[in-house]
Amino acid sequence: MNAPGPGGVVDARGLRCPIPVLRLAKAAAGAADGAEIEVWATDPAAEPDIRAWARMRGHTFLGAAPLEATKHDDDGDHRAAVVVKVRVSRST
Amino acid sequence: MLLEAAGHAPWHPAAREAFSGLVDQGWADPRRLSAEGRRARLLLEAARESLAAGLGARTDEVRLTASHTQSLHAAVRGVVRGRRRSGATVLASAVERAAVLAAGRFAGELETVAVDAFGRVDAAAMAARLAGQGSTGQEAAGQGGVALAALQHANGEVGTVQPVEEVGAAARDAGVPLLVDAGSSLGHVPAPSTWDLLAANPGDWGGPSGVGVLAVRPRVRWSPDWPEDEDEWFPGGVSVPAAFAAAAALDAALADRRESEVRRRRQVARIRARVAAEVPDVDVVGDPEDRLPHVVTFSCLYVDGEALTSALDREGFAVASGSACTSGAEEPSHVLAAMGALTHGNVRLALHRSVTDEDVERFCDVLPGVVARVRDLLGAQGL
Repeated sequence: MNAPGPGGVVDARGLRCPIPVLRLAKAAAGAADGAEIEVWATDPAAEPDIRAWARMRGHTFLGAAPLEATKHDDDGDHRAAVVVKVRVSRST
Repeated sequence: MLLEAAGHAPWHPAAREAFSGLVDQGWADPRRLSAEGRRARLLLEAARESLAAGLGARTDEVRLTASHTQSLHAAVRGVVRGRRRSGATVLASAVERAAVLAAGRFAGELETVAVDAFGRVDAAAMAARLAGQGSTGQEAAGQGGVALAALQHANGEVGTVQPVEEVGAAARDAGVPLLVDAGSSLGHVPAPSTWDLLAANPGDWGGPSGVGVLAVRPRVRWSPDWPEDEDEWFPGGVSVPAAFAAAAALDAALADRRESEVRRRRQVARIRARVAAEVPDVDVVGDPEDRLPHVVTFSCLYVDGEALTSALDREGFAVASGSACTSGAEEPSHVLAAMGALTHGNVRLALHRSVTDEDVERFCDVLPGVVARVRDLLGAQGL
């Protein structure tokens, strides 16, 4: 996973479906065309749901990967986290 | 109003009648040589014969089990052990019932084949793997020999019918037995004709729970990986009244199956059309045409599945959901995830034979408002 694009990061770790997608949608609503947004999530539904959201809303799903250990914070939440990346499209 | 009858439909009146009669006639142990035991045995044989006719199997191929899950577990475990010299791989579609996938991981090495956006398995990839060419990806366990192939007749969560004939031909050419899970289809559509092991679920067609059916072709090599018993497939035998009631229910369901199919197909098409037209941001999933007549599934964007099922329950509609946020499951539906469908805000209906057109209209009338209210609670307006 490369550095996040201008759209930034949505940290949805510890949140259950559909909140991660909802946070992403709010971030995407304020982002420019072509902006890339990363979502950090621990909910196993986040990746398939973000993929489906991108398809339904005409955005581009860029991929998903395990979140690097260095990005874990110290709140004791050690569930496997993923980083899911999308590119926002304003044309659709 | 019950709109989620999958695996647990209300009992068909014929099942109730048969069961009541058998409480007096069929309570004894069918293994005993007493008059009561012999009577129970005759009734059990009659049930097997009748179920065999409904499945398109021979009576001696039909085994009675304690549940659909037990049928699937035993089919996978028995064949994997019996064919251990041929390989340990259980090759299954990614959208098989969880019991098949779990048994595959438990007894052998599970390898899944991807599905398309309708949830239909990639038959060419499954056939190629059976022919020994190349991996199917997903949960691949290397290139070991295939002990068993598993493909459902139709998917019970999204309704899509699977290419059983095509995969069955490839399995036959490769000399690999095919397990067909007809647990969501038998009693609703004609039975599949291509199988080596066929599992069907009486609870789904209006029979009692506590009984399952597994038909096994005599050519299938298998061996129990459990202790031996007089009933070698299903130690301990089954409830005779439940088996008899299951057979009576299937008989009755097949007697007017076509009418029931036409009616429910129309109701499902109506629900799919109204949901797509009247609920914003909804993903209506599964093949629109080549599908089970009674199953409808859709997912609503920005909706909490638990809140939605609870709200519908308060309106008097019992529905199911494949969302992880429902029923405390950690993982979302593996079927929805495999097909790339939205897993949250999911609603799954399985219409039993008594659902009326008015019921369907009432549900469709109420749904858009309920979805809007649940979305408002999450602050999802305008997204």
